Amino acid sequence: MVSDILSARPGSGTLSGLDALEIAAREKGATRAGRIWGATWPKIVALALALAIWQFVFWAGWKDPWALPGPVTVFRDLGAYLFTSALWDGLATTARRAAIGFTAAVAVGLLLGLAVARIRVLRAALGSMITALQTMPSIAWFPLAILLFQLSEQAIFFVVVLGAAPSIANGVIHGVDYLPPLLLRAGRNLGARGLSLYRYVIAPAALPAIVAGLKQGWAFAWRSLMAGELLVVIATKTSVGAQLQYAREFSDAPRLIAIMIVILVVGLVVDAAFAAADRAIRRRWGVLDQTKA
Amino acid sequence: MTSLTLPQSTTAAVALSGVTKVYGRGDTAVLALDGVSLDVAPGEFVCLVGASGCGKSTLLNLIAGLDGISGGEVAVANGATPGLMFQEPALFPWLTVAANVEVPLKLRGLPRAERRARVAELLDVVQLGDFAKRRPHELSGGMRQRVALARTLALDAPVLLMDEPFGALDAMTRDLLHDELERIWSQRRLTVLFVTHNVREAARLADRIVLLSSRPGRIIYETRVDVPRPRRIDSSEIAALAAEVTDRLRSEVGRHGQ
Repeated sequence: MVSDILSARPGSGTLSGLDALEIAAREKGATRAGRIWGATWPKIVALALALAIWQFVFWAGWKDPWALPGPVTVFRDLGAYLFTSALWDGLATTARRAAIGFTAAVAVGLLLGLAVARIRVLRAALGSMITALQTMPSIAWFPLAILLFQLSEQAIFFVVVLGAAPSIANGVIHGVDYLPPLLLRAGRNLGARGLSLYRYVIAPAALPAIVAGLKQGWAFAWRSLMAGELLVVIATKTSVGAQLQYAREFSDAPRLIAIMIVILVVGLVVDAAFAAADRAIRRRWGVLDQTKA
Repeated sequence: MTSLTLPQSTTAAVALSGVTKVYGRGDTAVLALDGVSLDVAPGEFVCLVGASGCGKSTLLNLIAGLDGISGGEVAVANGATPGLMFQEPALFPWLTVAANVEVPLKLRGLPRAERRARVAELLDVVQLGDFAKRRPHELSGGMRQRVALARTLALDAPVLLMDEPFGALDAMTRDLLHDELERIWSQRRLTVLFVTHNVREAARLADRIVLLSSRPGRIIYETRVDVPRPRRIDSSEIAALAAEVTDRLRSEVGRHGQ
């Protein structure tokens, strides 16, 4: 029945004629494999270059080998490290802390951002304070956090939330502030009021800015977490940061650099996930330049 | 083409009496509309014409209830909210064409099966059945405006307010959309209040043309368009009528310019 209506439309061909001309040219693109290769090879070259510089510095003997080992030694150690339970236990603890801390920061940031964006008094009171909070280096919070919560996970969560929530709140505020007024008027005319206006217009319209805020918030959360794990070492629970601290205490330079590489890779992987989400949203919205995608 | 008989002084679809709108307060207050009275009969197509800044858009916002009036009275038959279309399509970029049209149906709580059938029917009305799954940015300007029309029609409002809806389109696309709007208006027996600064467009579409002065907006002239439908925008009758209205408008603008 529905398909009958859809297919039986006399005259639509001529009416769409001019429009069809305009939209036909937009549907082109390179092959998937070609695009991936085009995005990957510069990264491989850059990585090879970095490793080469490292190797040359090592050969030049700028520092003693026990302080700065060469890439071969480090990657051999990393290979061995990957098969230890210490790495995976540590990663599990760190990942759990990251998940809990970031989730709490998202909850606080979203609520705070929404409240500040919509309530004028709160904006006057807290708007600039949120930005000020963002400029505070998170490591500066730790002495206070340790006084308040001793050497515990709470101290770490405290700093992670304080580091990440302002960025997330700012993303929400930015998204709501730059909402096109026309979309709001259209939504209201179509019958959206109160909560349904949030559901159908405000939240989706602010989504790109919110995702940008989440991405930035994650970067702050990850840095705060690493700083926290270096300072707040809990003896019974191993973590990536704690192992980095142990490696320094034992002057185990290859292991230290291997752990740093693990931290870098985790950060890159999560960042890539946020970037993919951001790209998917922008493609849906049609604000992504298709020729550069 | 239309078998429309205008009712004699029955209840109007839209009744404005002495509508006044003031923006701001004190010394900086601006009188945007000054005692605008206008009755639009059910099924009538009225074009409001005026120079830019004469408060035409303000008037539509007041009728749609998106802004409050400073004085006078606005009455819409049965208290139904009129549908409103803007110069920009104002589509939701995160939704497909079909989902855009579905929004007002969802907000009214229609069941899914009914929504689907209605969306298909409405896209059919604006001849975009094949584009249901596209996103707004994939469409041309004229197609986007047709989606906006379908979305507004989904409100099932008897009154349609249009704020220069074809102002940003090229002449050929505008011509086609005039035909389509006329067809939809007569098939659905809509009451249309259409704002434009294009006098020819008004002569092409309207049963009645109403001229608005600038600052403050006041009704200064009204004329009935008796050219039989279907009309062509380049016909001599439309051109002659447009010239007459333009002269009126020009003398009005001139008076204010001095």
